[in-house]
Order: sequence, then C-alpha cells, then structure tokens
Amino acid sequence: MPAKFHIHAQLTPPRIRPEGKLGIVDWREDCSSCKNCVKKGCVYGLYRDEQDTLHDEPGYLDYIYQCKGCLTCVQNCTKNILTRVVNPEYERLGDAYFTPDIVLTTWWQAETGGVPVSGCGYGGPFSGTGFDSMWTDMSEIVRPTRDGIHGREYINTGVDIGRKIGRLDFSGMELTSTPPKLVQSPMPIMFNVIPSQWDRGAVVSSVLNAAKKIGLFAIASPNQIAQASIDKHNHIVPFLNDTDLAGNKIVDNAPMVMLPDSETIKDKVAKLKKAKADRIVAVRLSAAPKSAVRVLELARHGIEVINLVFDDHGMEASAEKPRHMRDAVREVHGALVKEKVRDEVTLIVSGGIALPEHMAKAIICGADLITVDIPLVLAMDCRLCGECKRGEPCPVELENVEEKYATQRVINLMGSWHSQLLEMLGAMGIREARRLRGEVGRCMFFEDLERAAFGRIFGKRL
Amino acid sequence: MTTTTTKTTPQTAEDFSSHPDFAAVTRSVASTGPRYRNEMGKFSIHRASTCISCGKCVETCKYGVHTKPAGYRQVIRPFDYRCIGPDCEKSGTYCIANCPTKSLTLQENPVYKTLGDYRWTPDLLSSTWHMAETGHKPPAYLESQVGNSGGGFDRLRFVFPDKIPSGLRREDIDTKLLLNKRKNDSRPKVTIDVPWYGGGMSFGSTNIRAQLAKVRAAQAWNTFSCTGEGGYPERFIPYKDHMITQVATGLFGVREETIQRARIVEFKYAQGAKPGLGGHLLGTKNTPAVAAMREAMVGTSLFSPFPFHSVYSIEDHKKHLDWIAHVNRTTLLSAKVSTPNDVEMVAVGSYCAGAHIVHLDGSYGGTGAAPNIAKKNIAMPIEYAISNVHQFLVAEGVRDEITLIVSGGIRSPWDIAKAIAMGADGIVIGTAELVALGCIRCGCCEGGRGCARGICTTDSELLELLTVEWCTQRLVNLHNAFREILVDIMYRLGVPSVSALRGRTDLLMHLDYDNEKVRT
Repeated sequence: MPAKFHIHAQLTPPRIRPEGKLGIVDWREDCSSCKNCVKKGCVYGLYRDEQDTLHDEPGYLDYIYQCKGCLTCVQNCTKNILTRVVNPEYERLGDAYFTPDIVLTTWWQAETGGVPVSGCGYGGPFSGTGFDSMWTDMSEIVRPTRDGIHGREYINTGVDIGRKIGRLDFSGMELTSTPPKLVQSPMPIMFNVIPSQWDRGAVVSSVLNAAKKIGLFAIASPNQIAQASIDKHNHIVPFLNDTDLAGNKIVDNAPMVMLPDSETIKDKVAKLKKAKADRIVAVRLSAAPKSAVRVLELARHGIEVINLVFDDHGMEASAEKPRHMRDAVREVHGALVKEKVRDEVTLIVSGGIALPEHMAKAIICGADLITVDIPLVLAMDCRLCGECKRGEPCPVELENVEEKYATQRVINLMGSWHSQLLEMLGAMGIREARRLRGEVGRCMFFEDLERAAFGRIFGKRL
Repeated sequence: MTTTTTKTTPQTAEDFSSHPDFAAVTRSVASTGPRYRNEMGKFSIHRASTCISCGKCVETCKYGVHTKPAGYRQVIRPFDYRCIGPDCEKSGTYCIANCPTKSLTLQENPVYKTLGDYRWTPDLLSSTWHMAETGHKPPAYLESQVGNSGGGFDRLRFVFPDKIPSGLRREDIDTKLLLNKRKNDSRPKVTIDVPWYGGGMSFGSTNIRAQLAKVRAAQAWNTFSCTGEGGYPERFIPYKDHMITQVATGLFGVREETIQRARIVEFKYAQGAKPGLGGHLLGTKNTPAVAAMREAMVGTSLFSPFPFHSVYSIEDHKKHLDWIAHVNRTTLLSAKVSTPNDVEMVAVGSYCAGAHIVHLDGSYGGTGAAPNIAKKNIAMPIEYAISNVHQFLVAEGVRDEITLIVSGGIRSPWDIAKAIAMGADGIVIGTAELVALGCIRCGCCEGGRGCARGICTTDSELLELLTVEWCTQRLVNLHNAFREILVDIMYRLGVPSVSALRGRTDLLMHLDYDNEKVRT
C-alpha cells in the first residue's frame, strides 16, 4: 500500500498557564479545619498535584485549567464552603464568533493533536446561524470503506488546485490540448496571510515551516517571506500587490501566486503567465452580494483559482443584510455549475473558519479549499483579547513564541482537523474530499428540515 | 486486580434470590435522598454564627430545609436544595423573616449557574433529581417542561382544551404500549406498562450497579432495559424478561444463549451521538472484568466498527434479522438506527426486513464517548425524524404494523408526550436515568477512571459510590413521576390512551410558526 498522508502530532503543552473554564473556590470563611479535607479525595488528583507543582514556574499544571467540574469536592465538604465558579478570564476569551469554548478546544487540539472526545449528548443550542444551521449526513449501511474506523486510511483528503479542462482534444492520434498544471494539497486547507497585528516574532516563520512540514500551502506577503527565517520551500504562495509584479525574485520559486482583484487583473495574470506558463495565478476578491457575477467574469477570463474572502466571522461585505458564507458560497458555486465552468476554477474561501466542521461545511457549500488564519494564532496561545490591535503589549507575549513550539502546535492543530475531517467524511460515506465539494445531498439545512417536519404541520415559520 | 464484585455481591445463582439487592422490587415510591452531603439546589441558605439554635426555623419551614434531629442540641446545616426560594416569603413559612437573630440569609446558589447546558438546564437537572428523590412532579419554581436549546421540543407546546371531556378519569388513562404490532405474526404480543424503556448502556461503559438498578426498576414497571454492547453479565439473568439483548457491530458478548434468553433483541446499526462512526471504549475503562466479558485484552481500546460488515443492503439486513429469528423463535426484533437524510427509507426498509420495532436515535442523543464534532454536526435531531418517519409510514400504509420508538434528547415526560403527539409510539430514555442517579453532565465519562460520580465507570473504587438499592429506588421513583406527569398531561388534553395520543399534532403548537394549520 502506498504511503498515506498522515500528520505526526507530538504532545506540546502550553508555554504559559492557560485559562480553564471551571474552578473551585472557598467562598465562606467557615472552614472547620476538620482535617478530613475533601480536596484530598479529588478523583483526578488535581489538588495534590497542584500542591506539588504550582510554584514550579512555568508550571503547566493548573487546576483552573484542569478541573473537570465533577463537583465531588463541592458536594462532600463538611461545612459546604466550596463552590464551583466559571472562571471570569475564561468568559473573556475570544469573541462572539470565536467563543471561549472554541478557543479552549483549539488550545487542546494544538496541545495534543487529538480529536476532542467526551461523554454525554450534545449540550449546545438546537441550531444557530451560518454553519450551525447545517447538519452533515451519515450513511446507515452503504459504505465506501468496508472497515469503519479502521478503514479511514482509505479516505483521501487531497485536493487539486488549478484549472481542469472539460475534455481532451485530438487530431488523429495526436493529443492537441495541454492540460494545465495542477498543484496538489493533501488537505483542503491553506494557511492565510497572517494579519499584521500578529505578524511578530516567529509567528509567520512557524506557520510557513508548519506548512512545509505537512505539505500544505501558506499564503504570505513578500515582506513576510523576506523576513521569515525559513529555508526556501515551494509551499509558499506569495500574495503580491501591484508593485511587486515586475521582476520579483520571490515569485520565481513559487508554484502559485496570488493577486488582488482589480480592473486590469486580466493583463496582470497574462504577464505572470507569460513569464512562466505553468505557474498558477490565483485572484483574491472580497465577498460581496454581487460576487457571483464577478467570479463568473473571472472564470470566463480564464482565471484558474479564485479566493473569495469573507470577514473573520464568515460574513460578506455589505451594508444591508450581509449573508454568511454558507449562502454566499452556495450561490457562487451554483452559478459556476450553471455556466458549466465549475471545474475550470478552483474556489478557495477565507474567513470565519473556526472549527474543522466549518471546513467540511464550507466545502459542502461549494468551496474546493478553505484558508485559516485565526486558529493558527490561537494555537500559539493567543486569546483574541485585541490588545495588539490597540497597540498594547501582548499578554501572552506572542513575539517571544519559540519557533519549534509554535510550528508543532500548528502541526498538531492541523493533525486534529485532519482526523476530524476523516470522521465526518467517514460518517457521510464519502471517500474523497474532492467529492465533498458542493455535495449538498450529504447535508441537511435547517430551513429544509423545518419545512418538511414542522412546516406541513404548523404552517408558516415566523 | 480490578474487579466489579465485592464481598456482599452475590456470586452464584442461589445468592441472587436471597440477597437484599435482588429482592423483589415494587413500584412503591419511597423518599430517597441524594447521596452527597451537600446536594445542590437552586438556592442556598447560610446560617451565620449568630444562630442561637432556638429551632424557630425548624418549626417554620415545611420543606425540610431546617432540621434538628432528636438528641441534637443544635440545628444542623440547612438542606438548602429543598428551599423554594424567595417566593416562600408570601407563604408564611419563610425562615429568613422568622429568624429572631436574623442569622439566616438566602441567595441563589452560585454553583447552580454553572450547572447544565442548553439542553439540560439547571432547572431540568434539578427537577429530575426532585422526581428521583420524591417520585412525584417537580415543584413549580423549577422550569421542568422545557430546556433552553431554542428549537425542537423546547419550542413545542401543548394546546390544552378549555374543558376536560366529562367522564375521563385520571385512573382510567392507559399508558400501556404494545411492542409487536405486526398482524399475522406468531411472536408474543409484548406489552409494556409505560410508553418508554431504558436505553442500552454497556457493561464497560456503565457501573454494573447502575445497570442492575435500571433493569430492576424496569422489571418493577413492566418495561425493559437494554444490555448495550458489552455482553450479558450473569447478574442480569434474574431479570432476563426485562432485558433487551443488543447486537451491535463489535458483537461483544453476543452468544446463542444471550440471544435465546431475550424477549427483544435489538440490532444497533448506529448511535445518534456518533452516527456512522461506531463505538469506542477507551482502554482505561477496559478492566479485567470488562475484558473477560468482551473476550478482549485488558487495557486495550475496543472499537465497535461501523457498520455491520455483513450488512450492505436491506436484503442483508433481512438476513441478519432472520438469523436472530431462527436462533430465538419467540423474540421480537428491533433495529436501532440513527437519523440520516433518508431516515424514512431506512424505517420502511426495516419494516420490510421483518423488524417489529424501528428505533430512531436522534443526533443529540447520549453517549459514553463520542467525538464532539459528531455529537454536534452529524445526522438530524430526533424532532425532525419523528415527524418525517411517522408521516412516511402512514403514507406507505404500514404505520400500524410497526412500532416506532424514538430517542436522543428526550429528557422529561413533557418531551415524551410531545414525541408521541408528533408520531412516535414510544420512547427510549437514557440520560434522564443517569441524571436521576446523580449525573451532572460534566461530560467526563469517556476515559481515565471514568465518571467521577461513580455512574459510568469501571474503576473499583468509584464503583463503590453507588449501591444497587439506592439506584433502584431512585429509578422506580423517576418512572413513577414520569408516569404521573404523563397521565396528567393526557388528562388535561382529554386523551384516554397513549395510542390515542400518537400523531395528534393538532394538540401541539410551535412557538416559531403561525400555527394557522393547527387552528383551522
């Protein structure tokens, strides 16, 4: 059997004490000193371990991070003086979209590379907006891999980037058409340009290194590439602005480059193609209500790869009722299919991808690949506190992050995302990530389910 | 060596009948207090050191918050989980106002706010604990009818008629459920007394004492519990008439004799919490006793692969059912499936293959261990599936030949009634039983020593946190409370039996819809 794509995770404990969700505090000065303290009986041994290592800076063991909230100590205390509280620092993590739970699970995945597993049924809201109003399907009996969890190695998460022609032309026995060059990514994911507020210390170098180690592509500005302490490698996609276009050395090595959309984009792409025909040129545009029209135009111009960028919360840029990526990408994908040019462009979507489920769902909506940025800095212990944007010092000193540590944390995170993508593909009975694209039949949308189940009984949804 | 048995645990068949653990269980309700010293309630009461132990609060409170047992000089610490809160002030039984030294203070319990989640709110947890303790309906200050998930059952409401039909009496309301609806079928017409039975929780995932209590309470209430996929420990044999044998993909503990002793055999194709993924018992819970039962190596992680490798079509499924039908000539056949897009077709397929029961497990169902990504995202919530499958079976003309059992996020008698009104025949409950035994849904069931509260664990020390008698009585109480509330709902709706409630969507409304169709 040929070697399969696998990301090797390594346990990488956080370099600074992380915030946890729950903690136990004494809240009444009423201790009877019964010498029978319930803390000794902690099922997880946290109090004991804490005593041993708490002062062991930079100690990683911390019961606020590790308390599982089982309430055994709270409920057994002789004087009932213990209480469980939600750590206020935890509640301040992230933002409305990157919720504290998402930050915490991202940290855990970056630490272990594992798939988060827990007991009990799902405890979250019934549904939500955007990706939370989609459920992926499962296949009850018919399976692509006849071995369940042990057959996951047969699932291919690789995708192609570039233009695929619809047919081959021949003249007699001679092949007259030349299929354009494609590049392969082992996962439908690319690293996005790290925004300037996080571009400090070894952050960008680590992201680029991680990309190289696991074979993913990382988009970076020429400045970032020039400053990063990395060996030259062919997994960097330079994001060029106009002035970089003429005779830039960085561009030469890259198998793919990216340009912002503009009036003259056709000429710029032609110029780059002329210099090196098998270099893929991607065009980035901001998602807006009329994006589908522009994407179609670009596709007709022969643009091979289009990167549609949403904001950090997955919304398009619009003054009135901006749509979530879920709906906007479906529209763009649908328009390309209708025009019979879907396979001639690769659609990469960016923004609002916070969890691996978002990756799978964005692909179901019609993307070929997605990009990530914020989860990568979360992996390096960022809390999205926003101090950096305000010009204040970073509380977790992102500028001092060690490259080896940060690289491994990013690799772990991607390992975890890869495993979780396999879980979803396996459950859906889909053997290739390529075949997931636009496969809305393997997915259920909230509105459709509501209409079918409740609409016919209760009438119109308010 | 880790073992699941203790000195007092019966070892032989003779022990079973003589041991108090295994004495006959009745339906009688008995107050069964919590097992922790400090039970959590919505409110907390603090007694300051200025208390003079006059005992006024003991006289005042009628909820048993304050007690001074005989022979005690001082009033003991308040059982504040019983407190009904500030509303008490109007009733004249308010300890705070009546304390001569003003030593008592009342506040909302800070732990309470950290409990639960959107589906199982603190109030739902607390009301389940109340039902398990008292055997009756939860107090009014707890929201015990809906959770806070913002969809599905939590947005459905019953529309009660203004007048109850004359002649309907609570004691006449029939909660029996016939499980074998097939006509021209020679197998027994098994009937259970309440329209629900207990979900499968395997030996290995769950404390055997909790499992025993589940089946003992099921016996008392003439319903069923299920082995789950961990084999059939001998200690279940005395209750074999009320234990479903589960055949799942790992085939752990599936033997001719375990098939032959069951009145219902359940095929588990998939589980709602992790549809399409199969089961996974982490190595740390695989103790020698578990390994022996599952014929596996101690400490290795055990996978139940997905799917059945012998079943890739409805025809294969029929072969599967035929196999069991031949091994046991009197058993009923149940197919447990989760809720994909084409769940209606799966249900009809199971009917065609010869199943008596189709059991749908919705995506928000319980689990001992599942990837979080699966619990949240894969397959549809049960509320949708009930409606779709019921209507499809009706349209296909086979609705009255198959029993539709649903599970996955059904927490309370209110959810049970709503599910039946949406079109289910009966329900499987799982998490509610565990909550009755003290589960707080911390979600740490999967690895290490397992559940810190002793419920879902195989750790020899943690197993001791439960006793079979305590658990049994809590569950008997829970069943009683569930039935009382269900009967009350049906009485107020004017519906005389569970079978008459099935599919009565006209009795429901959805808060997010205009409900025009229901009104007309």
